[in-house]
Amino acid sequence: MHADIETPPAAVPTAEAVVEMRGITIRFPGVLALDQVDFSLRPGEVHALMGENGAGKSTLIKALTGVYAIDDGTIRVAGEDRVFGSTADAQSAGISTVYQEVNLCPNLSVGENVMLGHEPRGLRGIDWKATHREAARHLDSLGLHLDTRSLLSSHSIAVQQLVAISRATVLDARVLVLDEPTSSLDRDEVERLFAVVRGLRDQGVAILFVSHFLDQVYEISDRITVLRNGRLVGEHLAVDLPRSALVTQMVGRELVELEAISEIAERTIDRTGAPVLRASGVGKKGVLEPADVDVYDGEVVGIAGLLGSGRTELVRLLYGADRPDTGDVELNGSAARITSPRHAIRHRIAFSSENRRAEGILADLTVAENITIGIQARRGWHRRMRRAERDAVVKEYIEALGVRPADPNANAGNLSGGNQQKVLLARWLATAPELIILDEPTRGIDVGAKADIQRKVAELASQGLSVIFISSELEEVLRLAQRVVVMRDRRQLGVLESSAVDVQGLIDYMADGGEGSVA
Amino acid sequence: MTKVVKHRLFWPAFSLVALIVLNTVVRPQFMKITVRDGELYGALIDILRNSAPLMLVALGMTIVIATRGIDLSVGAVMAVSGAVTLTIIDGAEDPGSTSTVLVAMAVGTGVALLLGAWNGFLVAVLDIQPIVATLVLMLAGRGVALLITDGFITTVNSEPLEYVSTGYLFALPFALFISVAAITAISLVERRTALGVLTEAVGINPEASRLAGVRSRGITFGAYVLSGTLAGVAGIIYSSNIRAADANAAGEFIELYAILAVVLGGTSLVGGKFTVAGTVIGVFIIQTLKSTMLFLGVPSAQSPVFFAAVVIIVVLIQSPRVHRIARGLTGGMRSRNLSAHSDAEVAA
Amino acid sequence: MNASTVTATRETVSRHTRTFLDRHASLMPTFAAVLIFAVLLIGAQIHFGTFLTPLNMSALLLDNAYLVILAVGMTFVIVTGGIDLSVGSVMALTGIWCADLLASGHSAAVVVPLIILAGAAIGLLIGVLVQYFDVQPFIASLAGLFLARGLAFVVSLDSIRVENESVLWLQTTRWRLGEWYITPTGVLALSVALIGAFVMQFTRFGRTVYAVGGNEQSARLMGLDVARTKVAVYVISGVCAGLAGLVLTAYSGAGYPRNGIGTELDVIAAVVIGGTLLTGGTGYVLGSLIGVLVFGTIKTVISFMGAEQAWTRIIIGLMLLMFIVVQRAIVVRAERRR
Repeated sequence: MHADIETPPAAVPTAEAVVEMRGITIRFPGVLALDQVDFSLRPGEVHALMGENGAGKSTLIKALTGVYAIDDGTIRVAGEDRVFGSTADAQSAGISTVYQEVNLCPNLSVGENVMLGHEPRGLRGIDWKATHREAARHLDSLGLHLDTRSLLSSHSIAVQQLVAISRATVLDARVLVLDEPTSSLDRDEVERLFAVVRGLRDQGVAILFVSHFLDQVYEISDRITVLRNGRLVGEHLAVDLPRSALVTQMVGRELVELEAISEIAERTIDRTGAPVLRASGVGKKGVLEPADVDVYDGEVVGIAGLLGSGRTELVRLLYGADRPDTGDVELNGSAARITSPRHAIRHRIAFSSENRRAEGILADLTVAENITIGIQARRGWHRRMRRAERDAVVKEYIEALGVRPADPNANAGNLSGGNQQKVLLARWLATAPELIILDEPTRGIDVGAKADIQRKVAELASQGLSVIFISSELEEVLRLAQRVVVMRDRRQLGVLESSAVDVQGLIDYMADGGEGSVA
Repeated sequence: MTKVVKHRLFWPAFSLVALIVLNTVVRPQFMKITVRDGELYGALIDILRNSAPLMLVALGMTIVIATRGIDLSVGAVMAVSGAVTLTIIDGAEDPGSTSTVLVAMAVGTGVALLLGAWNGFLVAVLDIQPIVATLVLMLAGRGVALLITDGFITTVNSEPLEYVSTGYLFALPFALFISVAAITAISLVERRTALGVLTEAVGINPEASRLAGVRSRGITFGAYVLSGTLAGVAGIIYSSNIRAADANAAGEFIELYAILAVVLGGTSLVGGKFTVAGTVIGVFIIQTLKSTMLFLGVPSAQSPVFFAAVVIIVVLIQSPRVHRIARGLTGGMRSRNLSAHSDAEVAA
Repeated sequence: MNASTVTATRETVSRHTRTFLDRHASLMPTFAAVLIFAVLLIGAQIHFGTFLTPLNMSALLLDNAYLVILAVGMTFVIVTGGIDLSVGSVMALTGIWCADLLASGHSAAVVVPLIILAGAAIGLLIGVLVQYFDVQPFIASLAGLFLARGLAFVVSLDSIRVENESVLWLQTTRWRLGEWYITPTGVLALSVALIGAFVMQFTRFGRTVYAVGGNEQSARLMGLDVARTKVAVYVISGVCAGLAGLVLTAYSGAGYPRNGIGTELDVIAAVVIGGTLLTGGTGYVLGSLIGVLVFGTIKTVISFMGAEQAWTRIIIGLMLLMFIVVQRAIVVRAERRR
């Protein structure tokens, strides 16, 4: 069966596994998402599932939690063969899941979200007092002291995430799946979450943990399984697997090309003239405390910070996608007011959102239409681009960025994430901007496309384009940017020269709130 | 051959042709067109003529639906414009004078345009869900029309007014020219300028379009203004046909038939890609069905049963689940959860 | 009382208000409806002098009993984020079928369950289209509207008088308490509202209805039976429409196939005025009851003033507008706060 990969080394005998997945195969139209993957989970362990985006982690989790039907293979839970037709089936087998995006109901109370579907009932229907008491008990046991009758939506995402875990404990889960639960949490919140996870592990719950943060993986995991391109690469005890080996297993090749990108990015920026953009004290009540940013000709300014740190909020204010209530903006030395994306575009500022599907790609339109919509919008509806002109622009950018398939009439919605990102980059480059703001342009796309986009950004900057670059991957930010704006808790902590700091330094700086001694 | 079948207009056009063939077989006189006094008559001509109000409303609805909206108020707007126009003509010294009628029709259409702008304001500026926003006018509009006509059915005898619905120009019904003018104007503007693609962009993803610099609000607003205006003209044609302003009966259920025509034509209700040609075919399907039922002696009050059947068949044909079952039957791909597909695309 | 206690008390009060608001923000629109209802009644009393009489108030419930029943069903549907346009037509169909069956000599004990089943069947059709064939609720219930309206005319093109004793009893009986009275139809309407409120607040099914409206995807991932719930709300709405058909037939003493044209809009308006959000997830059955009473009071006030009934629709339209604009403002504020 495993014709082209070696049988992965088993770390420990799998006798007492609570979950045994064997030969799991899932096909999507045109894609083999999982190919004969084996995976097992033992009681009382935290087992990390690792892999690049598109490696098949989410698909495997969804197979285990009953979201997807498997095409081939078997799932055994506690020694019994199971076929999951729905999430409810998986839950009744004792498998609970906490997703990256909180999957609770914002319109209901905290207590109800914890207990929904399991409320104690009396003769007169649901016993609300008992329900809230039960909910409070479960929350308390995780160290959460909340008003169970308050609305879920009145709490922060971090708290909501913990509420979701409490819900899992109500279900008496034997298996708890945590799918990137930490991506929007700060360090303290992560600690709190881990304390809870350790507590559950010690009670004998088997925990499947997925995260992009290697530190967190090593901090909490007992065992690590690596997937790549829908196949199992290996299963290891965490202590036996050095980080470098893990990364190599995930990526599958050394990324020499990335080094070349750093070389392009390493240059000095002339900051004597007026900056392309200088924003001072730009902020919005309840959204972002006033922040200062300036970007010079040909400079890449990175923004580092976790999801929810205010990094996206900052660039949206700069672009006019949201309206700031404080602050001044100067463009090339003269004052400007940007209150809408149209203003920004007129001032030759472009912005590519982190949310490719919701705020970027126009799924039913063609690649050509997606690329030219920016130009067309600026010209107005009555001045339609001529066909020849349009074809030339589209051809130029499809070639320059290597969009695949290279068909201008393909439906943009059917492209892979990486190619959609290239189309969006093309849309903005076609408007000939002076400053381009890229919010997480490399999230969720494959390694090759990632490198393509980074290289393109570095090249364009070296030719004089100014860039604001946001990424959760700090390596990427440091590789491309000359300076890094650091954000936390919707506040700007400071600006660092990227040559003076490494990834760990940046993490520490973010954690200490700029009080530690860096740079 | 498969390319023809896969064309988005294939099934609508096929249905229309099938209906016409069916009619011709059952009643040979269906295709017969007679010439009287240099004017054409016949069942087909009637369909072309009687479809004018629905055609105008459905064209406006197509554009509104393309922006991800819906306009429930069209029937009420028809009632208002009819009431305004006929009340002015009724109150004029000479109801038969062409200039009076033209002024009255201009005012009626202008009022409809304002009502459309009102809908557009609620949807585009206040960001209220289109169903709800247009529900307001759907509720209040007929009340306003009743107030304008003082609660009565205003009847008017005015030759220029009647000409709009029953008159002939170059041997063809005048109403047909109104339909054709609207179809041509909309097709030209949408396809010769960039408005069509910008409208589709707004309908596919309003936020992404806004960030790309598209005037989402302006385009959405314009769609409701267009829909209101066309409904106003439709209201005048309707009133001209019955020579009266009937605030209750004018445009009754027309919003539903218009939406049906748009969907039959292949434009999806979720917005985005639209086809004016499809809507035109959809309108003719509905009008031919009505004519067929009339011929079969089905009381017009009972015809909704057939339309219900049509709606159900159409939505079932479009349904992903039915596609999957059909594929399963033809031994094609293994059936699987639909959500898996879309999630897979997200993940990929 | 010294200054610090005063501030302390004030703080406690404001904290309590905040806690209350945190917990019950979704009740605010319903409170607003109650307030409007009270203002309407008091205003009318002051203006006319003889408005707030037991007779008038009793008639308010009697005249709007069928609307109350429809609004209860509609609330279930709207809270899941759906909409049911078919209710007016289904009411007409069940009403005329009821009258027709009774006229041909069937017993009420057979007829009543039959027409309620008919309502449920159309609801089931809509629910299945929505849930299993991914048809938008608007379109699926539109098909239901067409179907029921057409079938109503298939049953009869003209109105049919009802002479069946037991059906007329529903309407003619007056249980009196002083000058107050209530008819069996009124009792029926109130019971439906109370049962509806109970189901929504005190059963797992009811809570699932809210969960589906809050976030359908989450509800599914939480292991709730979303499919069954979504089909069930349309069946409930259909059953309510069937009952409303019975009540309306009793009320008017006849079945008429043109009954209830546009009633779905009145019902939706009443439900929204009663504090239910059309986006789903928030709303109360008893709020919808208040919404119907507001609607009915406006009708009564207008007939008291001797004005055109056309004004009812205009005022309801304006009130609907006011509510959705206010709701929109609340949503915008909440988004900004985040």
